[in-house]
Amino acid sequence: MTWEIVIQAVISGLLMGLVYALIAAGLSLIFGLMEIVNFAHGEFMMISMYAAFWLWAMFGLDPLYSVPLCATLLFFMGVATHYGIIRHILGASMLAQICATFGLAVFLRALAQFLWTPDFRTIINPVVEGRVEIAGIFLGQPQIVASVGCLLAFGFLYFFITRTETGLALQATSQDRQAAELMGIPTDRMFALGWGIGAACVGVAGVFLSTFYYVFPEVGLEFALLAYVAVAMGGFGSILGSLVAGILIGLVESVGGLLIDPSYKMLIVFGLYLVIVVFRPKGLFGRF
Amino acid sequence: MADAQSTTAADGKLLALAMAEPLHTRASTIRKAFYVALGLVVLVFPHVFESSYPHYVHVMITIFMYALMAQSWNILAGFCGQISLGHAAFFGIGAYSTGYLFFAYRLSPWIGMLVGVLIAMAMAVAIGIPTFRLRGHYFAIATLLIGVGVQIFVQRWELVGAASGIFLPIVREQPLLSFQFHGTKLPYYYIILAFLALACFIVRRLDRSRIGFYFRAIRDEPEAASSLGVNVTLYKSYAFMISAALMSMAGAFYCQYVLVIDPDSVFPLSMSILVVLMAVMGGAGTLWGPIIGAAVLVPLSEVTRIYFGGTGGTLDLMIYGALIVLICIFKPEGLVGAVKMHRQATDEEKTDDGDARG
Repeated sequence: MTWEIVIQAVISGLLMGLVYALIAAGLSLIFGLMEIVNFAHGEFMMISMYAAFWLWAMFGLDPLYSVPLCATLLFFMGVATHYGIIRHILGASMLAQICATFGLAVFLRALAQFLWTPDFRTIINPVVEGRVEIAGIFLGQPQIVASVGCLLAFGFLYFFITRTETGLALQATSQDRQAAELMGIPTDRMFALGWGIGAACVGVAGVFLSTFYYVFPEVGLEFALLAYVAVAMGGFGSILGSLVAGILIGLVESVGGLLIDPSYKMLIVFGLYLVIVVFRPKGLFGRF
Repeated sequence: MADAQSTTAADGKLLALAMAEPLHTRASTIRKAFYVALGLVVLVFPHVFESSYPHYVHVMITIFMYALMAQSWNILAGFCGQISLGHAAFFGIGAYSTGYLFFAYRLSPWIGMLVGVLIAMAMAVAIGIPTFRLRGHYFAIATLLIGVGVQIFVQRWELVGAASGIFLPIVREQPLLSFQFHGTKLPYYYIILAFLALACFIVRRLDRSRIGFYFRAIRDEPEAASSLGVNVTLYKSYAFMISAALMSMAGAFYCQYVLVIDPDSVFPLSMSILVVLMAVMGGAGTLWGPIIGAAVLVPLSEVTRIYFGGTGGTLDLMIYGALIVLICIFKPEGLVGAVKMHRQATDEEKTDDGDARG
């Protein structure tokens, strides 16, 4: 094994890690706001990937150009989820909350399979494809574009949360709902906004993934599982934590797969989750 | 008639009071009669349908199997409040212990099932020790990941056939000992019914015992339970072990019923989720909830499969998903829970009326 392979693994892990980070950030935002885990997060991503695929297949629109469209679609899907389901179960037991989002996940996955069959689909001849060689290291161009795109989206999200008035209102709601309400913040709309942004995040990640990954109804599962690990690791509700955790997971997955066995890479990441939640139940970072 | 007309208002009240008692016992007699009738129907059912509609017997067996699984999940999550999203792991352990020991050593599946139960209980303790400290979502996600992790592990475990699984050898001698019945489903029907009855018996006993109170205390008020001297970790472990043992029995039964097992059919996440949805739909934390849930959802998937065929294979899941979302929004306590609450409310109304009159 040469150093080049290790560096290769580190860099491709880093690139995937940025995608995981954006997925996890959406999940973390929602959890931080209302202590609800969106178990349909992976299915949101799957819907976004299908949207990108169909826009390409029917109108020849390249996924790179359909990012804003899919993000908007997912934003409204998130808002609809809040008004249709989540706001009615805020006071319910945790079991009911878990089952509601799981029910949504089961529904969306079955719907995708019903409408579009379980076939694996790929986008052929996207604008960016092929590989580049930099100092003996081969990197997929779509992966580079995806990670840069996700990083940009992440930066935008971070700026929005920490620098804009609406973002600060979101933070206030997540810290203390009642106090925020007394300050005149419409918390219900903040929740809806949080769901919208959370879904849009995973939507953006999904579109970029669709340029180099198969599109199929169960595609969301693996990414959602990794996102749960990232969110737990970074601390539920911590946006910056999910960035670090996402990158760390990308690295562990890629380097661990190289050193041990690629087929066990998920197990390594799962093991990481158990170790972290047992020894640092609050994750590596605080909130936001 | 003259007597009746001359009775005073006070006498009328006495009469009503006297009537009240028999009315109450009459209601419980009706309930008892209903249970006896239900038991008889369930026992006679396969004899009536086996020759004409063998498929119905298969559907009933599937209902019982899922009811057993949902009931086992119910013990841990419904009564003790520890939401497991990876319960298929124990189902798979039961199936694989039974299947592998029979395949490799021709060990009677009954012994294999016992081994599977022991392994599942040991595994429950091993999972519980690090994860019982985790609260709510963290525990749920930990079990979710462990469930998927076990599946990934078995998919690559060459000894037990990796991804292709185990084909059990067909044995025709000593059907009872080798737990294989060819040409008739009757023995399977009664065996799984007995397993389910055992699970329900355990739940009923637990519900009214000290352990059951501890379970509910841990579910509703973990801090208070702990401060009152309940050994929370110990009782959570009991709940997890009982639950894992029953789940593993269901797996062993499945293995002997279909005689082919592979990681994707006995360890899937979808099974873990389905079991949760059934119990929650019927009513988590109630005796009948998981059974009702299985009795609603299993036939639903059969019907959609019959009427919509291949591509309709996921229509049942769409309906499940939508139903469970609706249940969570409108009746988060499940079907049985909703009926119970309704009955309690009307009972209270009645006693309120009585108090007002008195």
